[in-house]
Formats: sequence, C-alpha cells, structure tokens
Amino acid sequence: MSTLTDPPQEQFRLSMLVNDTRYRSLTFQAIAAILLALSIWYLGNNLIQNLRAAGLNISYDFLGNPAGYDINQRLVEYDNQDSHGRAALVGILNTLLVAFLACITATIFGVIAGVLRLSNNWLVSKLMAVYVEIFRNIPVLIWIIIIFTIMTAALPGPRAFRGDDPASTMVLDLFAFTNRGVYIPMPWFESGIFASATMNWLLVLAVLVGSFFATRKIEAWATQKQEATGERPKTLAMVLGVWLVPFLLLMVIMGLTWEIPALKGFNFQGGIKIGGPLIALWFALSIYTGAFIAENVRAGIQAISKGQTEAAAALGLRPGRIMNLVILPQALRVIIPPLISQYLNITKNSSLAIAVGYADITATLGGITLNQTGRAIECVLLLMLFYLTASLVISMVMNIYNASVKLKER
Amino acid sequence: MTGTSQMKVSDEVAITIDGMNKWYGSFHVLRDINLTVYQGERIVICGPSGSGKSTLIRCINALEEHQQGSITVDGTLLSSDLKNIDKIRSEVGMCFQHFNLFPHLTILENCTLAPIWVRKTPKKEAEERAMHFLEKVKIPDQANKYPGQLSGGQQQRVAIARSLCMMPRIMLFDEPTSALDPEMIKEVLDTMIELAEEGMTMLCVTHEMGFARQVANRVIFMDAGQIVEQNEPEAFFNNPQSERTQLFLSQILGH
Amino acid sequence: MSDKTSDSIAFVAKGTIPPSPPPASQAGVVKWLRDNLFSSVPNGILTLVALTVIYLVLQKTVPWLFNGVWTTTSLNECREVLDGKVGACFSVLTERWHQLLYGFKYPAEYYWRPNLALVLLLVAVAPVLFFDLPRKMLIFTGLYPFIAFWLIWGGTIMAPIIALLGFVVGGVVFQVYGRSSFAAGFFGGIAAALIIWALGGMLIPEGASENAMLEAVPSRDLGGFMLNLMLGVTCVSLSLPLGIALALGRQSDMPLIKWICVIFIEFVRGVPLITLLFVASVMLAYFFPPDATVDLFLRVVIMITMFSAAYIAEVIRGGLAALPKGQYEAADSLGLDYPQAMRLIILPQALKISIPGIVNVAVGLFKDTTLVSVISMFDLVGMIRGPILASTEWNGVYWELLGFAALLFFVVCYGISQYSQWLERRLATDHR
Repeated sequence: MSTLTDPPQEQFRLSMLVNDTRYRSLTFQAIAAILLALSIWYLGNNLIQNLRAAGLNISYDFLGNPAGYDINQRLVEYDNQDSHGRAALVGILNTLLVAFLACITATIFGVIAGVLRLSNNWLVSKLMAVYVEIFRNIPVLIWIIIIFTIMTAALPGPRAFRGDDPASTMVLDLFAFTNRGVYIPMPWFESGIFASATMNWLLVLAVLVGSFFATRKIEAWATQKQEATGERPKTLAMVLGVWLVPFLLLMVIMGLTWEIPALKGFNFQGGIKIGGPLIALWFALSIYTGAFIAENVRAGIQAISKGQTEAAAALGLRPGRIMNLVILPQALRVIIPPLISQYLNITKNSSLAIAVGYADITATLGGITLNQTGRAIECVLLLMLFYLTASLVISMVMNIYNASVKLKER
Repeated sequence: MTGTSQMKVSDEVAITIDGMNKWYGSFHVLRDINLTVYQGERIVICGPSGSGKSTLIRCINALEEHQQGSITVDGTLLSSDLKNIDKIRSEVGMCFQHFNLFPHLTILENCTLAPIWVRKTPKKEAEERAMHFLEKVKIPDQANKYPGQLSGGQQQRVAIARSLCMMPRIMLFDEPTSALDPEMIKEVLDTMIELAEEGMTMLCVTHEMGFARQVANRVIFMDAGQIVEQNEPEAFFNNPQSERTQLFLSQILGH
Repeated sequence: MSDKTSDSIAFVAKGTIPPSPPPASQAGVVKWLRDNLFSSVPNGILTLVALTVIYLVLQKTVPWLFNGVWTTTSLNECREVLDGKVGACFSVLTERWHQLLYGFKYPAEYYWRPNLALVLLLVAVAPVLFFDLPRKMLIFTGLYPFIAFWLIWGGTIMAPIIALLGFVVGGVVFQVYGRSSFAAGFFGGIAAALIIWALGGMLIPEGASENAMLEAVPSRDLGGFMLNLMLGVTCVSLSLPLGIALALGRQSDMPLIKWICVIFIEFVRGVPLITLLFVASVMLAYFFPPDATVDLFLRVVIMITMFSAAYIAEVIRGGLAALPKGQYEAADSLGLDYPQAMRLIILPQALKISIPGIVNVAVGLFKDTTLVSVISMFDLVGMIRGPILASTEWNGVYWELLGFAALLFFVVCYGISQYSQWLERRLATDHR
C-alpha cells in the first residue's frame, strides 16, 4: 500500500522572482516603483536646486496680488487693481463663453453640412465635401489668424462711419461691423419687475424654461390623443403660442428698450461690443470643428444599415417619419460620443485665444500673469488643472450618455 | 401529392407585371418580365445569384424603380406618384434576409410602429393586433424584449408578425431563411407554411426546395434577368424543360 | 386545382434575351442632371444657391489670382504696378520663399542639406508606408535618423556615428541574450548602448565641431516650414514606440504599471497642447540639472512626443481591443511568452488595424506643430506673423502669405489622408 505524501516544498530560488508567475508581476512592479521613485527624486532634486538658484519658491500667494493689467472683453466686473486670482476668473469665464458659443454654432454648421453631404444633389454634396476637406487639412491656428485678419483688415474702422457721406454705414442702422468688433444694440428694461437687471433677466430665463416644460406637456397630450384615437393633433400653433405669448407679454410689461450703438467722437458708444478677437475665435472654432462634426454626422447616418430604411419603407412609412422614428434615434447613438469629443476639442482649442489677443484663461493666467510674476510653475500647473477638470467633466457626461442609451443585447 | 399546393387559387388578379425591364445604369438587370399572380397563389422564385430574383420582388413594392413596362398591384398602377406607392406598400408586406428589425424599439413597438403612424390606429388596438400576430408566430412572451436579445429564428418570426400587423393582402419574402442557423430554419418555414394554409398570396425568393414542393403553386426559375421557366412544383422538379433549369437544379439538389 | 392556372402555368423561355441599352430618357446626361441636381423643387433651389455661391467665390478670387504680381520688392511697388486693379502681390513669395521654408537664420548656402534630408525622408519612409517595397530598404530607414540629424544640424560626424554604434551594439546584445531571457537581453542591450555612448563621448576631440565637414547650425536657427516638418516627423516617429508601450501598459494586469499609464494618458489628453508647450518653454528647464542648458528644440520635441504618444496609445488600445480574444489564447497555447506573443502575433495585427487612427493622429499632430509659433519659435506661422509682416516692405500682405501657408499644409495633410484612405481600402480587401 502506498502512502500519499505531500509534494516536496519548493525551495525559494532567486530566479523564481522573474520566472515564477506568482512573483513575476510583483518583481516587475517593485522595479517600476523603484524606478519611479528614483525619477521623482532626481527631478525633484533638480527642481529644488534650480529654484534656490533663481531665488524662487513654490507659492500661490501671487494670486492675491493686484494684477495691474486691463482686460477688455469680460463678463464680470474687473479693473486693473483686482487680483491675479480675479483676472484668472475673468479668463475662465471668457474661456467658457467662447467654448459654449462655439459648441453651439459648430454643431449647427456640422449637422447642416453632414446632412447636406448625404443629399442626393450632386452639386451640394460635392460642395460640402470640399468644405470639409479644406477645413480639416489646414491647422486651426491658421484659420484663426485668417479670420482675425479678415476682421481687422477688411472691416472698416469706426472713423469710416463719420461724416455726412460716410464710407461705411451701420447695417439696418442697428449693427456696426468694425475692425475692433461688432456693436449690437443692448436690450434693457425700463420698468423691470425687480430692481436689479440680473434678476430681471433671470425672470426672462424662468419664463422661457416654463415655456419649455409647457411644450413638453403639449407634446405629451398630443401623444396621448394619438394613442387613444390614432390621430395626432397638430401642435405647431399651440407650441408657438406657448413660447411667444408669455415672452412677448413679459417684454411689454417690463418695458423692453434697446440702446443702439452710436458713433460719438472716435468710437461707438452704447450697445454691446462683441470684440474682434472673440468673434474671430468663435467663428474660426465653429467652422473648423463644424467640418469634423459634419464627418461624424455623415458617418453616423451611414452607419445605419440600408435595410432599416427599406424595412420602414416597406411598411409604408414616409421618408420624414422614417428619419424621425427609425434612423435618427439609432444614428444619434453613434453620433453623440464623437460629438462630445469635439466639444472637448473646442474647449482645448480655445486656448489659442492667445494668438489673437482674446483674454481667455491661457492668455491671462498663462500669459500676462505668468510673465509679470515669473511664477511659471504655479501658473502652468493651475492652467493644466483647469483644463483637466473641464476634460473630466465632459468625459463624465459622455460616459453617462453612453450608458443610458446602450442598445440592449443578449 | 402535397396537399397545400392544391388549395384553391382565386381568379382575382393580385399582381400584373407587363413587359418590365430594369437597368442599373447600363446594366440590364431585369429583361422583359411578364408575370400574373392571382390572389391566394404561392409562388417560389429560384435561380442563381445575380439572376435578379430579389430585384424583381423589390420592384413590386417600389423599393427599386423600373424603367420600362408596368407593374400593377391590387388594381393600383405602380408609378412615381407617392399616393400610389403608399397604397401599394400598405397592401404588400415584406420580409428581408437580415430581418431588419428596429433595434432601438421593443418587439411590441416594432409591430405597432407602422399601424400607429401609417394607418393611424389607436395604440391599444395596435397593441392588441400585435399580440394577436405575435401569438400566431408563437412568441408572445418576448413582446417586451429588444431584437438584440432574440435568436435569429425568433427575429425573423417577429419580422413576419410585424408585416402582418399591417394586414397586407400580399406577402413578399426575400430569402427569409438564408441568414439563419440550420436548426432555426424549420421554425420560420413552419410559420410561412401556416400563412400559406390560411390563403395568403405569397412570393418567395428562396433556396428551400422542400418548402417549394410542399406549399408552392408555381415555381419560377430566373437566370440572367429573365424568367426562364415556370411550372407546378412536381413538374418543375421532376421534368425541367430548359437546359439552364436542369443545370441549376442539378447544382442545388445534387449535393 | 383551378383550371385557369393549370392552363397557363407551364412556361419555358424560348431563348435568351440579350441585354439591351436603357431607353434614352432613362439614361444619359439629361437624366443625370434631372436626378442629381433638380430632382425636386427644394433640390433645384439648393442647386441654384450652390451655383450662386460658387460664382461669387470665383468672382472674387480668380481675378485676384490671375492678376498676381510676382516681381516687385515691396507692397507699395505692387500697388503701383496694379494701378488700382484687384490683384495679388505674390512678390512676397518670390522674395521671401526661402525664409518661409527654412526660417530666417538658416544659412542660405546650406539649403541643399535640408533639401537632401527631405528627399531621403521620402526614400526612408517609403518601405514603411508601402508594404510591397523590398524589406531591405528598411535598413536605410533605420540609418535615416542619424543621416538626417547630421545633414540638418551639421557638426562633427562622430556624434551621429557613435549614437548609431550605440544602438547597433545594444541591438546585437539584445538579439544574443534576448533569446534566453527577454529581461537579460533588454537591460543588457541598454547597458551596452550606454557604455558605447559614454566611451564615444569621451573620444570626440574638443573643437571637433569647428572643423567638421558640415558646418554646425544651432537649433535656434531652424525655422519655417522645415521646422514644422521636422517636428512632425520626429515626434510621430518617436511617439510610436512610446505609444505602443503605453497601450500595452494600460492593459497590463499589474496594477502599478496600469495606473501609471492611465494617469499619464488621461492627463496628457486632458490638457491642450499649448499648455504642454508652455511647460517646454518655461517649466521644463527647472527639472534638468542646474548647469545643463537644454536646447529648446529638444524640449519641444519631448513634450510634443509625450502628447502624441498618449493619443497613439488610445488608438492602439482600440486596435488591441478589436483583436479577437482567440489570438491571445492561441499565442498562449503555443507556449509563447509575453514579449514573444506581443512581438510576433498581437502587435503586428493590432498595428495594422490601428493604422488609419495613427495616421489621423499624425495629421493632427503635424497641424498642431504650428502652435510653436506661440512660444516664439519661428516656424511657418511664426515667420509670417513675425519677421515678414513686421517688415516695412511687406506690412499688410496678408492673403498671399496666409494662403501660401494654408496651401502648403493642405497639400501635405490631404496627401497623408488620401494615403490613409488608400491604405484602409487595401487592408479591407486583405481581410475577407
């Protein structure tokens, strides 16, 4: 009878550190950790020595010091005695402003171009292809410079509007396109319900939001009617009414008036000035990114197999309904993730504002503040922190969207 | 002798195709097609790939355009007039090789979509009708699942139910079992046989010759865009007249 | 059976119907016009709008192009010659083309050197892009970086030779020892290379650069479109191996390695390139030893390479994910260890799938090299906005210069993307 014995215990040998799968990963990670620690020590050491030699240290106190420079285009109050921190805030708001505006217009350009690209009109389709190829193959910096140059070189100075027979006139007597910027009439309320202008505008926003929810209620009611009787009532008139009537009523009650820009002396006074750099950056980012969005839209719609359109057509659905009920819901799933990536690209490309003098965060914190205070490391780190945060937020939004519309499979 | 193919075929004409020719660019894909289909007939169309058989049935419900000749479905002439096309499409149902179910809608929603939006049926009635047909194809319990969660055979049966919900008088089948695993072909063919037994007019492009023998009144053989031969199934399989038919049959039945 | 059908069912075609041409109204130019341009009223309106737009654009640009003046020496002279007509002042290009292409400090008598480097680049890159060319050409591709470096920067020929020698010896050591153990081969190769470089550095005599065959040109004298090309080519080539390493690290089972790679990739992808260029220009110097003065070009190359590597890593990650799991399992079951499986089975396939994405990143990177103009390097855009537009003769010449820059970039980028599409079609037919 044989007895069962335990298998002999293996002796631990040094070569097992590399060959034995149990130890191997630990060994490599230990090596990696040592290398990482060594590099950090080496770089850190150099950093400390260099800082000491330059007489600097790492400190963020400079954010509290007065900035000493003006910012022309700003959304909040600021003057040159405000702190660097406030200048950075103005920069952040400017970045968000141009990114927001550019995302909207880029989407509009991109969707129109993408849909037209698929049109069965040969001329239009080829024209859109030309647009997409030209804009995609030339660097965005060159486009920003070109459009800024168009604005500053091709548009007239305010002086050209002077005199009895001026070289340039305001469009409709309301808008002035100059090489410094576009002046548009400013709306304000004569008899606002609240004392502060901000509260009045928030009231307008609340009314619009209310109209939005009312529209949804109307659509829900129409769907209910359709489910019950089969006929879907026409909602267009009601939707228009529910948007226009409260809004117009509020405008009348609050006494909406317009301050029209007028040429006084050498420059325009009154109205809102949308600075040239902002317009150039906004427009350039929009048409540049619009070309990429157009390709995304086209790929998304083409990704939906032809069989879907055929099946829907065989069931008797008309092309408009096919697009709404069958193609678009599926295409949006494919289009929206890259679209959100493009929004991220717009936010990052807005940092090129420094090339045209628009005061975004890269130009204030990473530009003037950095040069004036010499605090390169702190400024660049803060700058990168801002963009990282924006990227993470946008990525999170994308992940949430993806998870919520995932098609259910086995 | 098979039973179903003996079923009474009415005298009412369902489809008339007269001198139809179709070109893709300069490629002459359908040549001088003349065909009359009576209500209640079951026709199987077979032929080598590229012979134009799918193109032919896709012309009947205007998924493809023809350049010469005329097609009349249920008394309505197929022209470029959208009203005529709509009318024809609501009388003719179609099942595709790759099912083409709408993946973002549930099975029930797939079946109720067209009745609600085309025939303006109230939702409740559409759902009742959908459940009726889903029971008919024997998958009522899957009504709230999504197409991605079903097997190929189940998806094709849903596709059949979806077409039936529009209460068509004619059903077109474009190679309905070609994309299925072998063990699922039977369940779909059984569904089609049941449909045939209830008197539905059917045009089937398929390679399933057993189905043809059992159910078809007529088998049509197409090659290079023209109708080469047509006959009753027994005569067609046992005594093919044309050489091309004989060659084709020897290839598909011989193995 | 109904009598009617039994009479008319049996039918045999009398012969083959030959193909005939489609009826006149259904084909030809008129039909094409009808279908493609005027198939419906909205379509017709779109066509007319499109034609109007095309006409307006052409009306503005064609006279401007064809009335171009090519031979004057300043903008004012151009205006005199044109005498009020609309026309372009292309003389700026004739006079300053060399600054636009080479920067304004690269010695003109040495232009043949970057020109030769460019031609050799095409030769070096050809076997990589076109798989049909003989594989022996890859030897030249391997030698090219050293040849190009010596041609453009000049200086002693000893430096590139020693660098090349280091790589060769390291590679040989890797081959010899790598067979038995990957780790021994890898680290042994690195050690051998370092020894060669250290020894060789000591061998170079003082002042060798002054008497070199090709006169040395410092990095700050490089500029123009040449600078964009150099940055693009260098950074894309260097970022490929780094990107592969990052991608493999990101999907590794070892948590430390994986997290290092993830953090690096997400960090670099989350910030705009310009912030990384700020790091290169103002911050990176702090991390080098106090006495070292590191070339701006090198610093910029480091940051752009890191940037590009992160994006390439994501593309390759997609390629690795697209590979069927069975490939990994097959490699394992054949007894291949990790480096062998990666080198022989996984990476070749994954890279093939990723090529369109990598080319996309390369095109994007090439366009992004224009950003160095913001940190005061005089690439093509930097030259235009700086010396040329600031000069008195050419102040105000915008369209000709910007148009030229746009054209150069368009030609290169469009060419690369056409190559990418060709390649995709080639690869698609390979997989049936």
